[in-house]
Amino acid sequence: MTTSTPTPTPTHATGAPVASVAPTGALAAGAPGGLHWAIPDAWTMTRRNLAHWVRQPAQVLIGLLFPVMTVLLFGYLFGGGMTLPGGGDYRAFLVPGMFAMAMLFGLETTFAAVSTDAARGVTDRFRSLPMAPSAVVTGRAVADMLYAAAGLAVMVGAGLAIGWRWEQGIGRALAAFGLLLLLRFALLWVGIFLALVVESPEMLVAIQILVWPLGFLSNAFAAPATMPGWLGTVAAWNPLSSTVAAGRALFGNPDGGGESWIAQHAVPMAVVWPLLIVAVFFPLSVRRYRRLGR
Amino acid sequence: MDATRPTVVAEGLCKRYGGKEALAGLDLTVPAGAVCAVLGPNGAGKTTAVRILATLLRPDGGRAEVAGFDVVRQGPEVRARIGLVGQQAAVDEILSGRQNLELFGRLSHLGARAAAHRADELLARFGLADTGAKAVKGYSGGMRRRLDLAAGLILAPVVLFLDEPTTGLDPRGRNEVWASIRELVGSGTTVVLTTQYLEEADRLADTICVIDAGRAIARGTPDELKNAIGGDRIAIVVREAADVAGAARVIERIASGPVEVDPDRRRLGAPVADRMAALTETVRALAEAGIETEDIALRRPTLDEVFFSLTANDGSKLWTPARPDREEAA
Ligand SMILES: Nc1ncnc2c1ncn2[C@@H]1O[C@H](COP(=O)(O)OP(=O)(O)OP(=O)(O)O)[C@@H](O)[C@H]1O
Ligand SMILES: [Mg+2]
Repeated sequence: MTTSTPTPTPTHATGAPVASVAPTGALAAGAPGGLHWAIPDAWTMTRRNLAHWVRQPAQVLIGLLFPVMTVLLFGYLFGGGMTLPGGGDYRAFLVPGMFAMAMLFGLETTFAAVSTDAARGVTDRFRSLPMAPSAVVTGRAVADMLYAAAGLAVMVGAGLAIGWRWEQGIGRALAAFGLLLLLRFALLWVGIFLALVVESPEMLVAIQILVWPLGFLSNAFAAPATMPGWLGTVAAWNPLSSTVAAGRALFGNPDGGGESWIAQHAVPMAVVWPLLIVAVFFPLSVRRYRRLGR
Repeated sequence: MDATRPTVVAEGLCKRYGGKEALAGLDLTVPAGAVCAVLGPNGAGKTTAVRILATLLRPDGGRAEVAGFDVVRQGPEVRARIGLVGQQAAVDEILSGRQNLELFGRLSHLGARAAAHRADELLARFGLADTGAKAVKGYSGGMRRRLDLAAGLILAPVVLFLDEPTTGLDPRGRNEVWASIRELVGSGTTVVLTTQYLEEADRLADTICVIDAGRAIARGTPDELKNAIGGDRIAIVVREAADVAGAARVIERIASGPVEVDPDRRRLGAPVADRMAALTETVRALAEAGIETEDIALRRPTLDEVFFSLTANDGSKLWTPARPDREEAA
């Protein structure tokens, strides 16, 4: 007996609708779950996630416009009373911070999607199919990054509308956008990990409560130099702050004057922090995903 | 592949969650093309067993083979040959029914056109053609269940696992699901279904495996299980109360065990060895003795009785068998 002989093929009555696809349909397509399926399956999964947006245009719009609202809120409501150490226009200072905040909020999108799939048994359905297992996660990653890029584009439009500009050429601006998306990529794995740990979309509120202080305890809205001593240090070392500071440096926006080591090394740290986060949360997520079967 | 080899073989499957043993050495064998019902009370380990066989869960001990492949070492091969319908409807709520089926079809590597064609076919088969374009969010529980079942059939699998497939369905929905399962079996698919409905096991299954606390406590065909707790009984209702004693004497000669008498309701009952001979002999002997009857019947123990005698002999394990909501429409 050979090991790879296609196994009992149910002999289906022709014309019986339930039986019109023979099980060999999956077998003929090559080794099930084989590596060469990783990319086509990931693309199928990406398209599934994109189809969600088409079916939920209202949610997508709210998701894209919420950060714009925060820009307007902070820029016009509180902005007037803000004076920056080192001088400069508050709104030009605020906009790069808001870009990073939009990336941070993306964590909630990832969390909501992954935890809903896990809780509803959809993840288990995928795990029972002969697809490449990695595609569940890579499809999510590609879709979320596309969403992040769209969100960033909307924010750039809003920034330009309120007078923000990149002052040092398109090249450096693109580098700043790249760093922002790198941060989003790192947070993707945090979102996936948290979702696989709690497996409950109801916990989204808890994640939102966690995300807000993470955003405020940074240099996104105010210069750490203006905060009480230890709080300023925490804010300066917040990974989000490095991306924001790097953005301000590359866009040529006011930076609120930072003398600390971390503020002086914003651009390299805006690479190091996300890579560190990926190094921690990528393996954790993979391990957690495998443990669904334990 | 050995044609006589069972399609599903599980040997000594163990699974613990913390200190709790969900499976404590479960053995299960299902021949090719058969329907096996795994019957057990809440928490018996049915879902755990199905998840292990469908490669979703790793066993802590024992081994299992599905369609000739080991569920732990050859997961991808197993997954290419099974369909799974879990206890909970596992479909994407935001997408439409058709989008769901196309998605699962493409992920089963059917190719775009075949996946679309298959989706249409299954929607029609499960009475979802009209609602196929609507988001699943707006489906009723029964529609969701049918969509879930359709998703399990994308590949016309070699083995189909159904975890409580008719829970939450109305009698009509249940009959539709039963009909689809029978149709599948007719086309050669092996089915493993878990259920709490004894009636479902009785109607669909070739073999039944009763599990409790993680291990099999009885197995056999529905008939074998019914015989296991006693064979047929003859039951009589006589017209005149005065005839009860006379009828008891008649039945005593025919019965294979003690005769139970309920004089108030003019009923008599007794176990018999050979059902047809006992019936004709009773009718003849009663007529000879001039005793008129209102009712005379042969009765087999129901699976409910089998189940109770198997699982409730220990007073701590009281279980009320779940009943199909109202009564069946078939
Ligand atoms: N993920 C889990 N973590 C901890 N315990 C679990 C887990 N899954 C199952 N169990 C336990 O294992 C035992 C068997 O569970 P299982 O879901 O297999 O039962 P079941 O027969 O399917 O029950 P039901 O009829 O209610 O669906 C139960 O006692 C359950 O509490
Ligand atoms: Mg169960």
